[in-house]
Amino acid sequence: MSATKFVTVDGNEAAAHVAHLTNEVIAIYPITPASPMGEFSDAWSARGRENIFGTVPDVIEMQSEGGAAAAVHGALQAGALSTTFTASQGLLLMIPTMYKVAGEMTPTVFHIAARSLATHALSIFGDHADVMAVRQTGWALLASNSVQEVHDMAMIAQAATLKSRIPFLHFFDGFRTSHEVNKISQLPNEVVCEMTDLDLIQAHRDRAMNPDKPILRGSAQNPDVYFQAREAVNPYYSAVPGIVSEAMQKFAELTGRTYQLYDYAGAEDAERVIVMMGSGVGATEEAVSKLNNAGEKVGVLKVRLYRPFDVPSFLAALPASAKAIAVLDRTKEPGSIGEPLYQDVITALSEGGRLQDVPTLIGGRYGLSSKEYTPAMAASVFEELKAAEPKKHFTVGIIDDVTNLSLKWDPEFSTEPDDVMRAVFYGLGSDGTVGASKNSVKIIGENTDKFAQGYFVYDSKKAGSVTVSHLRFSPRPIESSYLIDRANFVACHQFNFLARMDVLKVAVPGATFLLNSPYGPDEIWDKLPQEAQQQIIDKGLKFYVVDAYKVAREAEMGSRINTIMQTCFFSLAKLLPGNEAIDHIKAAIQKTYGKRGQSVVDRNNAAVDGALSALCEVTVPSQATSTSHREALVASGGSDFVQRVTSMLIAGLGDLLPVSALPVDGTFPTDTARFEKRSIAQQIPIWDPDICIQCGLCALVCPHAAIRTKAYPASSCNGSAPADFLSRPWKGKELPDHLVTIQVAPDDCTGCGVCVDVCPAKSKEVVKHKAINMEEKDPHLERERANFDYFLGLPEVDRTAAKIDTVKGSQLLQPLFEFSGACSGCGETPYLKLMTQLFGDRVLIGNATGCSSIYGGNLPTTPYSQTSAGRGPTWNNSLFEDTAEFGLGLRLAVDQKRDYAEHLLKKLASTVGDDLVGEIVNATCADEAAIAEQRERVEQLRLRLKESSDPDAMKLASIADVLVKRSVWIVGGDGWAYDIGFGGLDHVLTTGRDVNILVLDTGVYSNTGGQMSKATPRAAVAKFAAGGKPARKKDLGMLAVSYGNVYVAQIAMGSNPNQTLKAFRQAESYPGVSLILAYSHCIAHGINMETSMSHQKDVVQTGFWPLFRYDPREAHAGTQPFHLDSRKPTKPFKELAMSEARFAMLARTNPEHAEYLFNLAQGDIDDRWHYYEQMAGVEREVMDEIVEVEVEA
Amino acid sequence: MPVDLKTKYLGMTLKNPLAVAACAPLTGDLDMLWRLEAAGASCVVLPSLFEEQIVHEELEIAQLYDYQTESFAESLTHFPEYPDYATGPDEYLKHLESAKQALSIPVIGSLNGSSSGGWVRYARAIQEAGADAVELNIYFVPTDASMTSEQVEARYVELVSEVRKSVSIPVAVKIGSNFTSLPNFARKLVQAGASGIVLFNRYLEADIDLDTLEIKPDLVLSNRYESRVPLRWISIIRDQISVSLAATSGVHCMQGAAKLLLAGADVTMMASVLLLKGPEYLATILKDLEAWLEEKEYLSVEQMQGSMSRANCPDPSALERANYMKALRSYTPEEFMPH
Repeated sequence: MSATKFVTVDGNEAAAHVAHLTNEVIAIYPITPASPMGEFSDAWSARGRENIFGTVPDVIEMQSEGGAAAAVHGALQAGALSTTFTASQGLLLMIPTMYKVAGEMTPTVFHIAARSLATHALSIFGDHADVMAVRQTGWALLASNSVQEVHDMAMIAQAATLKSRIPFLHFFDGFRTSHEVNKISQLPNEVVCEMTDLDLIQAHRDRAMNPDKPILRGSAQNPDVYFQAREAVNPYYSAVPGIVSEAMQKFAELTGRTYQLYDYAGAEDAERVIVMMGSGVGATEEAVSKLNNAGEKVGVLKVRLYRPFDVPSFLAALPASAKAIAVLDRTKEPGSIGEPLYQDVITALSEGGRLQDVPTLIGGRYGLSSKEYTPAMAASVFEELKAAEPKKHFTVGIIDDVTNLSLKWDPEFSTEPDDVMRAVFYGLGSDGTVGASKNSVKIIGENTDKFAQGYFVYDSKKAGSVTVSHLRFSPRPIESSYLIDRANFVACHQFNFLARMDVLKVAVPGATFLLNSPYGPDEIWDKLPQEAQQQIIDKGLKFYVVDAYKVAREAEMGSRINTIMQTCFFSLAKLLPGNEAIDHIKAAIQKTYGKRGQSVVDRNNAAVDGALSALCEVTVPSQATSTSHREALVASGGSDFVQRVTSMLIAGLGDLLPVSALPVDGTFPTDTARFEKRSIAQQIPIWDPDICIQCGLCALVCPHAAIRTKAYPASSCNGSAPADFLSRPWKGKELPDHLVTIQVAPDDCTGCGVCVDVCPAKSKEVVKHKAINMEEKDPHLERERANFDYFLGLPEVDRTAAKIDTVKGSQLLQPLFEFSGACSGCGETPYLKLMTQLFGDRVLIGNATGCSSIYGGNLPTTPYSQTSAGRGPTWNNSLFEDTAEFGLGLRLAVDQKRDYAEHLLKKLASTVGDDLVGEIVNATCADEAAIAEQRERVEQLRLRLKESSDPDAMKLASIADVLVKRSVWIVGGDGWAYDIGFGGLDHVLTTGRDVNILVLDTGVYSNTGGQMSKATPRAAVAKFAAGGKPARKKDLGMLAVSYGNVYVAQIAMGSNPNQTLKAFRQAESYPGVSLILAYSHCIAHGINMETSMSHQKDVVQTGFWPLFRYDPREAHAGTQPFHLDSRKPTKPFKELAMSEARFAMLARTNPEHAEYLFNLAQGDIDDRWHYYEQMAGVEREVMDEIVEVEVEA
Repeated sequence: MPVDLKTKYLGMTLKNPLAVAACAPLTGDLDMLWRLEAAGASCVVLPSLFEEQIVHEELEIAQLYDYQTESFAESLTHFPEYPDYATGPDEYLKHLESAKQALSIPVIGSLNGSSSGGWVRYARAIQEAGADAVELNIYFVPTDASMTSEQVEARYVELVSEVRKSVSIPVAVKIGSNFTSLPNFARKLVQAGASGIVLFNRYLEADIDLDTLEIKPDLVLSNRYESRVPLRWISIIRDQISVSLAATSGVHCMQGAAKLLLAGADVTMMASVLLLKGPEYLATILKDLEAWLEEKEYLSVEQMQGSMSRANCPDPSALERANYMKALRSYTPEEFMPH
C-alpha cells in the first residue's frame, strides 16, 4: 500500500472523489450545498479522469433532481454503476424514484449534503430535514460526521450497496461538513479497488436489462401478491448491518481507520449519554472529553447506520451503565411525539428490553439550518440529564420564550485547547479573503505535520458581501465542528468594518490583531472607534497595521489584498519558520494563478514582497481616547417589528432573538431594505443638471433603484430644501410648473456605474463629462444623504398625469423594488424595478427560487417596498419547480375573490346603489386614470358599506380591495422556466388565465454559480458544459407563440428600452397569459458589468437575441400578430463571442472546437432570424374570446 | 545573365529584397504565409506579439475568475475551472513554430512589449520558438509634457540593450519617424545592439466619431506616397551607419521598392498592397522589379542598393529642406483638384 497521502479538501470534494472513482454514469442537477459534487465530477470527466474501471464516467446534467434520479434509475437498470448528488428539495423530488430503486434492489449510493427544507422559509443551510424525509423509502442511510468520514463512508457505502443490493443514502451536514476544508488522508486507488468487489459488479450487470436475456421488471401487481412481494425483501434488509460492519472492518484493515455502525466515545461507565449523528458529534465529543476529565460520567453514541436501524448493535454500543439519555435530532417533525432518531432510540431500547434501565430519556432539537451547536450546548444537555425532572422535549442553541423548551448554556464553557491556533479573518467577498484563507489551510495542511481546518461564513447579499473565515491549525486532527469564538488571531481586512461591526469580540486576551489600515502605526489609534480602542486595551491585544491597499496598488493588484494579508498573517502567526512561509505562499500563487498568466503571478508575488515591509506594530496607548463610535447599521424609523427584529438581523445579532420575536408563519413586512444602510460604493453618480436631457435612462437601468428621477410641483418645495439640493424645470408639457431632480441614494448605490455608461448627455466643452458622473463618494456623502432624504419627502408624481408610456415618463414613477442585495450591475433587477413602477401598487408576485428569490426575499430585509398609501408588491416564493402553477393559483384566488365580491355587490345593490355597482363592475381599469377612479369608487363603496348592518356588507368590505385590478406576476430565471419548471409553465401557458410570466433569462443557473440550463446558448462555457454547450438554446418564446393565444415578448432593456416598456404594458394589459423573456446579463457571462447595458446593443445587433412581440389581440383574419422589433443582424456572432468570456474561454481552451461551435452558433442565429422574418409575415387568426380586446399602447 | 536579386538583411541572405511586413491578416495566417512564399516573398515578419494585450487578457481572465468569487454561499464560483488554457503568448508562439515548419524562407518574430521584463521574456520565447530574428516594434507615444526627448530615446535604447543581451538571434528595431534627430537616434540603437532598423512604423492613428463623440481607433492602409518618408531617412542614414535597413510604409509597386533600394534599403517590406491586391501581387512586383533591373542593366540588387543615398545622389540638398521649397514652388492646384 502506498504511503498516506494527505489532501486538504472540503466534504463535497471528499465524497465526489470516491463517487467519481466508483461510478460510470453520474446524473446531476445543481442545488446548494451539493452542487460542487456535480461540478467536481463534471470537471474531472471533462479532463478525462478515469474511474477505477479505466473509463471516464459519463456526467450528464438533467432538468431537475427528479430527472437525475430517474436517469440514474435507468442507468442502474441497464447495468451501469450510477450515482447522483443532491440536497433538500432536490432529495424530495427524488423520492418517487427512490422507492423504485429500492423496490428493485438496485445497488447505488446517493451522496447528500443535508440541508433544511423550505417550510415557513427557504434555507440553504444544513440540517437533517431532507434525509429524514426519505427514511421510509427503503434506502439504507449512512451518516458521516466529518470531512474524513465523508471520504471514508462514501467508500464503505459503495462496498455495502454492492453486497447488500440495498441502495444507500450517504449523508453529511450541508455547509458545516460539505463546505468545511480539512486535512484528510486520501484513499489510494488501490484501497478503492480493494473495497470494490468485481464479482458483485458482475452480478449487478447480470441482473440488468438485456435483450439477450430478457426480463420484466416494474410490473403492476394486484392484491394477490403485492404484499407478499414487499415482504420478500426482508432478509436483505436484515443482512445490511452485517454487511456494513464487514465493509467497515475491511476498510479498517486497509486504512487503519476504524468505524462501527454505532460508535461510542466517553466514559466506559457513563451514566449520561447523548445519541446523535452528523457534524454535531465533533462538538459533543469535545464536551464529553472535557467533562470526563472533570470526572463526569458522560458519553456520546454516534449513529452511523441510521437505516436499517440495527437494534442489537445499537444496544451493544450503549454503555450498560447509561441511566439518562438525550437523543439529539437535527430536524423538526411538528406534531410528532418526538423527532425520528428519538423515537427510534426509544423503540430500540424497548425492543432490546433496556427501556426500564434508562429512567431518563429525553429528545431535543438542535442545529436547524446550520444553527451553531457548540461543546457548551452539549454540556448543557448533559447538565439537563442530571436534573430531577429534565425537559422531556427540549431545544438547544436558541432562546425559546414561547414554549420554554430551550436549554440554557454556559457561554464560558470552552473546549478549545491552548495548542490550537485559531484565526478569524473578516473580509469582503471582493478582496479575496476567503480564497487566501483556503490557500492558507492548504499550505499548512499539505506542507507540514499540522492539521488545518477552514470554515467560511458568507453574507446574505451578493454585492459588497462580508465574509468571515474561521481557521484552525492543530497538531491533531480537528473535529471542532463549530465557529471560533475564542480567536488568538483576528484579522480585519477592511478598515471600515471597525466602525460597523464588533470584529474584536472573538479575540481572546493577548491575541494578535492585524488591521488593513490606510493609517500608519502613528496615526491609527485616533482613527479607531472608541469601542475598538477599549477592547484592544482591555484584552491586551498585540496590534499590527498594514496598508494593504497601498501595497496592492503598487503591485497593480487593484482591490485584491488577499495575498498581502495572508503574508502578514503567516509572518505574525509564525506557523512556519522564516522564509518558508513566503516560499509556500509563492508556490501556492504559482499553483493558483500560474495558468492565468505570468503577469498575474508576478503581481501577486510583488504583493507578497511588499507586504512584510509595510507591516507595522502599533504601540497601544493606555487610554481609549477616540471621539468616534461604532455606527448604527440601521436607519431610524420603521415599525416596531423593524426596530425590534429587523434591526437585530441587520446588526448580525439574529442569533440572540428569542422565539417570540419571530413570525410563526414566515410572514414579514415589506418595505424594509431602506433601513439597511450598507454604503458599499466607493464611487457614486453625481448629477449635473445643466447637461441633463431628462431622458430617464439612468433611473431605468439602475439595478438597485439607487438613482431616481422625480418630477414634482414647484410649489411643493417648502423652502426646507438643503442648500445644495438641485432641480431644473421639467421639460414635458404634461406636468406644467414641475421641477425635476435626479437623485442618488448614496448609501444604497453599489457603484456599478451602469447609469453613467448609458447616459447619452455629454458636456459641450468637456465631452467625457456627462449629465451624471461617477465621483468619489466620501466628499459627497453627507450632502447627498441630506438631498436624498429631502427627495424622498417630495410628493410622488401624479400617475394619471405622467406620460408613463414613455421611458422618461415611466421613470417618474416610484420604484417599489429598491436597494436589493443583487450583484452590482445585475441585469435582472432593472426589469423587476420597472414592473413595480408600472404596476407595483396592485401586484401579486409568485417567485421561483433562484437569484430573484434571494435578492427579493433573503433576510434580513426585502427590496419590495410600498407607496405612502401602504400599497406595494405582495410576494411569495413557493418552490423552484412549481412557480408557474403557484402563480396561477394566485390568479385563481384573485378571480374567485373578485367573483364573490361582484356577487355580493349585486346582492347589496340596494344598499350600495345601482349606479355605483354598475360602475364598479364595468370598470376596465385600463389605465392609471381608470384605476384611480376605481380606487375612488371602492372607497365610496366602503363608506356606504360601513353604514349598513347587512352581514354581507361586512363580507364585501373585507374583500372589496380586489375590485381594483390585480396584476399577477410569475417571476423566475431560465433554470426554472426552461428546465425544472417547464412542465408547469407549459401547462399554465394553456390556461388562458390572466397571469404575466417574467423570465429573467441569464442563460445559466446564476444563483447556484452558473450551471448550464436549456437557455444556455450554444458554444457558451458554463458549469456542466465546460467544453462549450453543444446544443442550441431552446426557443421558449416560439414554443409559447405556437399556442396562439399567449402574449409573448422577447426584450433587452439595454438595446431597446422603448420596446421593453411597451412589452411590459402590453403583457400586463393582455387578459390572458403573457410571457416576457427578458435578456439579463450576468456576471456568469464574463463581461464588464459597468458596460453591461450598452453591451446588450451588441447582443441584439448580432441577432443573438432578436427582439419581438407576439400579440394575440392582433391575430385576426389577415393580420400579422408577430412583430420583429430588432433589425437584421449587422455584426457577426464571433465579434460578440470574443467580448464575452463565456464564449472566449472556449477559444482559449479548445480553439478548434470553439471555431466549430461558433460556426454552428452563427448558423443558429441565421436560421432563427430567417424563421422570425417569416413569422413576421405570417397571418394568424386565433379563435379565443380573450383576444377580442383592444391592443394596449 | 539574370540579375542577382539576393540581398543581405540582419546577417541573413535573402533571395530577393521583397519581404512582408508584420500584418495579422497576412503573416498571422498560415495559408497566407504559404501563398506569400509561393509568390516569392524572401522573408516574413509575423504580426506583433503585444505584451500589453497579453497582460490585459491575463488580467481579464484573472478578474473573471476573481469577480464575485467566494462572496456568496450558493455561488462560490461562476465558471468552470480548466487545468490549462492558452494565453496570448502560447497562441503566438505556436503560430511562429508552425510558420517555421511550413516555410523555407526566414521567419522574423515581432514583439511589442510594455515592460522591460516582458520584452526580455517574450524575445527569448520568440527565439526559442525558432524565429530567425526578432523585430522589436517599439510603439511609445509620450503624453507627458515633462518627459524629454532624451528620456524617450533612452527608454528605447535601454530596451534594445536588454533584449540584445538576452537573445542570440539578430534584433531589428522598428521605429516611428518622429524623432528630432533620427540619424543620431539610429546610431544609438545600433550602439545598443540593434542589427537592423525598420523604417517606419505606421501608428494606428485614432479618429473621432462625430455622432458618438468617441475616439475610434481606425486602421487606414498606407498609400504609395508614404514611402517618401523612409526614402528620405534611409538615404540619409545609409551612408553614416553600418546597419541593416528595412524600408516599410507605402511600398506598393515595383517603382516604390526600387526607389527605396536605390536610397539604401537592404530590404523592402510590404503589407497594404498585398491586403488590397492579394498575396500573389508580390510576384508581379518581383517580376516588374527584375524586369526593370534588367532593362537598366543592373547586375545585381546589391549593385543598385544605396546608389542614390544622400552621399551618392547627385543633388543631396533635394533630400533636405530644399525639397520642401521646390515642391511648393512647383505646386499647381489643378493637379490636386478632386475629380
